Amino acid sequence: MTEVFESLQQVLTKYSLVTAFAVVGATVWISYIASERLTRGRLHGSAIAILIGLLLAYIGGVVTGGSKGIADIEILSGIGVMGGAMLRDLAIVATALGVRMDEFRKTGISGIVSLLVGVVMSFLVGAVVAYGFGYRDAVSMTTIGGGAATYIVGPVTGTALGASSDVIALSVAAGLIKSILVMTMTPFVAPYIGLDNSRSALIFGGLMGTTSGVAGGLAATDPKLVPYGAMTATFYTGLGCLLGPSVLFMLIRSIV
Amino acid sequence: MAIYGTALLSICLLVGVVLGQLLGVLVGVDANVGGVGIAMLLLILVCDRLQQSGRMQPPTQQGITFWSSIYIPIVVAMAASQDVLAAIRGGTVAVVAGIVVVVVSFAMVPLISRIGRSPPESTGTSSPPRRDKP
Repeated sequence: MTEVFESLQQVLTKYSLVTAFAVVGATVWISYIASERLTRGRLHGSAIAILIGLLLAYIGGVVTGGSKGIADIEILSGIGVMGGAMLRDLAIVATALGVRMDEFRKTGISGIVSLLVGVVMSFLVGAVVAYGFGYRDAVSMTTIGGGAATYIVGPVTGTALGASSDVIALSVAAGLIKSILVMTMTPFVAPYIGLDNSRSALIFGGLMGTTSGVAGGLAATDPKLVPYGAMTATFYTGLGCLLGPSVLFMLIRSIV
Repeated sequence: MAIYGTALLSICLLVGVVLGQLLGVLVGVDANVGGVGIAMLLLILVCDRLQQSGRMQPPTQQGITFWSSIYIPIVVAMAASQDVLAAIRGGTVAVVAGIVVVVVSFAMVPLISRIGRSPPESTGTSSPPRRDKP
């Protein structure tokens, strides 16, 4: 019997990406059935699938102690490739097919405004929360503020400013919490914030900025909105890394 | 052939990411500035051209649409490979900062949506009509 398991494990590991397609496919299938049978379609199948994904990621973290969720389990390592930046970005760009150029032009200004407001506001909110928890120096406040932008902006800002490693770790955690919340909460909040057209999706992407959060949140809300939100979100991290250690650090330092 | 579409998509992504990287170097940050966004614009432009000149064959297009149709499963895989444990263990500051920033950002969406939405079809010149403070 152990031989069967061993050879099964060998095959699943060797064909890890194929295993991932099968496992993710089954997850999506179960989620869509659950959506229909248990919630009568009120909670979208993809939202359930993303929640199951996050739950699996948590279990993977507990079981292995690694940082890549369920992908740290050897036979499921293909999920890390499938959900990694490479294929994710390829799929995001592919969603742009069929998008009209003039829809971007029409919303150009509000897109830029939402990006600037999104980055500055995230930093300030993060810095205020950090201050409230006793992180009173400008470097820590700016770093945690960066984490409130995205989990990439936080460590980039922290490293540039010479923040301590525990503060940098906090900023990554803040960014991860943000991304998870955006992924899961967007479909519920969407009707209340008018997130039902290309224009508000573009603004949403600029305000949220977390590519994974926006990608997941919009997919679970309405897949047609994905390219618009993803478009602005992809500029956010770069803008945050640009403004964080420079303008925003000076601003926060002058206030403290 | 489907591979033409997938190749076109891949080339757009690669060019976009390289440009995003260069843009990052140019402004002096260690991050990709809008690489995926640039790639999306490129794909829109190129496909628009090809469709207008009638050179976009259905199989070519299928090589792109396959990837956009597998987008949700990819997002599910992405969710499954996040460091959820670290996020939850990160401590109260991280959790509170994450929650507050998301709540405030959600609230900002309708506010920004109002800016620049020209009420009576304005000419859309220099300054967008402001009806609300951001």
